[in-house]
Amino acid sequence: MIEIRIHGRGGQGNVVAAYLLAQAAFHQGMYCQAFPNFGAERRGAPVVAFVRLDDKPIRRRSQVREPAFLIVQDQALLNVPGVTSGLNPSGAILVNSTQDESWLNEHLGKTTVALPANAMAKEHLGRPVPNTALLSAFLSLTGLFPIDALKEALADRFKGELLERNARLVDVAAERVNAGIWNEAVHATST
Amino acid sequence: MLQALEGSQALAKAVALCRPQVVAAYPITPQTHIVENIAKLVADGEFRCELVSVESEFSAASVALGAAAAGSRAYTASASQGILLMSEVLFNIAGLRVPMVLTCANRAVSGPLSIWNDQQDSMAVRDSGWIQLYCGDNQEAVDTTIQAYRIAERTEVPVMVCVDGFVLTHTLEPIDMPEQSLVDQYLPPYAFSRALNPAQPISIGTLVSPDFFTEARHSHHAAMIKALAEIESADTDWQEVSGRGWGGLFEVQGPEDADTALLTLGSTAGTLADGLAQIPGGDRVKVIRLRCFRPFPVEALQRACAGLKRIGVIERALSPGQGGIVATELRDALEELDNPPKVHGFAAGLGGRDIPLTIAAEALRRMDSGEATRFAIIDVELDKLPPEDR
Repeated sequence: MIEIRIHGRGGQGNVVAAYLLAQAAFHQGMYCQAFPNFGAERRGAPVVAFVRLDDKPIRRRSQVREPAFLIVQDQALLNVPGVTSGLNPSGAILVNSTQDESWLNEHLGKTTVALPANAMAKEHLGRPVPNTALLSAFLSLTGLFPIDALKEALADRFKGELLERNARLVDVAAERVNAGIWNEAVHATST
Repeated sequence: MLQALEGSQALAKAVALCRPQVVAAYPITPQTHIVENIAKLVADGEFRCELVSVESEFSAASVALGAAAAGSRAYTASASQGILLMSEVLFNIAGLRVPMVLTCANRAVSGPLSIWNDQQDSMAVRDSGWIQLYCGDNQEAVDTTIQAYRIAERTEVPVMVCVDGFVLTHTLEPIDMPEQSLVDQYLPPYAFSRALNPAQPISIGTLVSPDFFTEARHSHHAAMIKALAEIESADTDWQEVSGRGWGGLFEVQGPEDADTALLTLGSTAGTLADGLAQIPGGDRVKVIRLRCFRPFPVEALQRACAGLKRIGVIERALSPGQGGIVATELRDALEELDNPPKVHGFAAGLGGRDIPLTIAAEALRRMDSGEATRFAIIDVELDKLPPEDR
């Protein structure tokens, strides 16, 4: 089982990100579970969502306390207490950030990849919604399954031009990171 | 067909598969997505029904009651304060023996205000005379919704399908949505024997003198006890056509000769099972997931619990000043056994507090340690309380 925790802010598509990732895994024939942990339901408030992926049915429904990976949709959240807590020592963080990656690695003491997902989303979607780019980069980094599954999951939700723009963003974001560098982390953190 | 769906979305589809003619509901977190998805199915022309937007839960239940009394298959859904606001009508629906189905997206009850999950809302109306079925996952919630109509219509007792708010309603997971033809075969069109009909006028809900009220209660109680067999057969027959059964009145996992069991309701069961798998001796513990809380399956539980030495009941509600609701009922049910197991009551997961994997170990530790565990609330952080409340 791989457990992923996604941090973001209300309005950033945090729950949608969790659902898309689970749905993409489902299209790959995996078992999946995605659920939000809502705080107060308002824009801008920190929100958390959880994803579990496995090759067998998933029984537990507890919150993900020791994730293998963190996807953080807003770099400012890295300074919020608890955001990185419980991260598997062999795990890694993907953050929507324009900050210097080596500085982030040092500052956080964790393997961290920074993706300027807001700018990428602005360019391709016209809006700074970072989730599609982050998910694509995450799949590319981990090699969990091909990005085509993410496109399939996007097609469950969007159509027409919006779908095409998202699909292009998937391609661009996957290219932007070093494919497969988190392969080992996946093996080390699988339970 | 297997699909990855949010629980609420799957529930809306399941309701549509049952072809109710009237749906009346008022949105409330965490039930909202169920009603939204039903409205969408209706707007998209995929589900034909009279969808009545009402101004409160009291009206939602009243519209559903009127529709069902007139012979329609009816549906409503609510949670928390909504269940309480409709509670007067809930007692009427059951007391008048009008069949319908309600989804309770289980949520804590105010105050203090909490939008998050526990099961205090459905427990608060446990004596309303509704059948109450608690679901372990979203597949079961879908299947139980379909079974609920059959049970309600065969027993003329309304059925509340209890689904943990957020934990299930907002979780996306693979769900096999049954084919319409399968549901139609399992759930044929319904004719209510006492439907209001201008050609043969009758009154329902009129004043009943002391000469007859006791008899009305007796017949309702008897109908609830008889419903146990219908609840079991609804599940067995569903298993025959769909390949999926949920244990009927309750589901038992673990070794038959175990001397220890943990009993819970709803979505906690999977977390308990995974938690037990991680601790030494965990494979020697039975997990009983109580699916049918009303009617309370006394005899079946006596059979399932005979031979056990101790049972820990983990429930997401409590009766303040008394303790565990299910634990107390179980203790009462097992009292007739020769060597009744000791029943330890625990409340956990209140107002959205996460129920972690470690809960099974924590409950067993308390049962082992000899701490007084007639009733305890797990995971209380006493340092948050003033000394006099600790």
